[in-house]
Amino acid sequence: MNTVVAQLQRQFQDYLVSLYQQGFLDNQFTELRKLQDEGTPDFVAEVVSLFFDDCSKLINSMSRSLERPENVDFKQVDSGVHQLKGSSSSVGARRVKNVCISFKECCDVQNREGCLRCLQQVDYEYKMLKTKLQDLFNLEQQIVQAGGAIPQVNIN
Amino acid sequence: MALGDLSSSSTSELHVLAVDDSIVDRKVIERLLRISACKVTTVESGTRALQYLGLDGDKGSSGLKDLKVNLIVTDYSMPGLTGYELLKKIKESSAFREIPVVIMSSENIQPRIEQCMTEGAEDFLLKPVKLADVKRLKELIMRGGEAEQEKTSNLISSPKRILQNNIFFFFIIFFIITIIVIFIV
Repeated sequence: MNTVVAQLQRQFQDYLVSLYQQGFLDNQFTELRKLQDEGTPDFVAEVVSLFFDDCSKLINSMSRSLERPENVDFKQVDSGVHQLKGSSSSVGARRVKNVCISFKECCDVQNREGCLRCLQQVDYEYKMLKTKLQDLFNLEQQIVQAGGAIPQVNIN
Repeated sequence: MALGDLSSSSTSELHVLAVDDSIVDRKVIERLLRISACKVTTVESGTRALQYLGLDGDKGSSGLKDLKVNLIVTDYSMPGLTGYELLKKIKESSAFREIPVVIMSSENIQPRIEQCMTEGAEDFLLKPVKLADVKRLKELIMRGGEAEQEKTSNLISSPKRILQNNIFFFFIIFFIITIIVIFIV
């Protein structure tokens, strides 16, 4: 039983580290994990869930704004990118945040094609992250169900 | 009035009003503050913040809050009322201008920071906000509260001290006169 827990913990640790190494997550995710404890074991999952809902909503509204080439509301798109950049930064979603930086640049020069490319990329990145984090939370759950504790992982 | 409130809250928890239009940021700041042993109320706009404080001109809404607010933490970029405009409204109000206001922003724009500090902001936090930022902030506010308390207690006791000094003075005079009288006799 103990080795099962140890194995799961090892898996969890390696997976989390790989997410940082591949640039999916940054230090702010570590900060969020610090705020989670036995009393609030789902805090991180809840925050990222809100983030993914936010992504979906913002991407939809920006897509509508970019739809007709002759009538693009760049102000609205810029506002959406700003919000997305802010919330991705708050949860440590590094790749999503980085796409937002390029996205903002396209907005500033009113480059509709560039905006559409960034929109597609941001959609891809948030969905990818969602899958990765779901796998991570599943591992967490397995550890807890096996009677183990979630390891503190040091990212340096 | 504000000083009195600070003295009662320095022994108990700070009540923080957090203002942010982002639901993600509201959840994070709420947790950061709760973990730092603060009571938290979150609202999603400057307008709602003013309503909560009872500053929106609608007299009926001032009964909404059940706890005195000791600190306001607000995002800068919000639709409608910005954090800066909210700061101004709070500092313009005689009832609430003593409440420290902290501005948060994801953008490190020096003129913006200066503008807020000039208007009376207590501090300016760069997002994303971390636990260390909130802990430092709390210490700042609590120390400010204690300093206010000391000032208040000094003000209260100085009339007493003046009286005590006077009484002491009179005793000296009386004693000297007694000595002189004894000497004469």
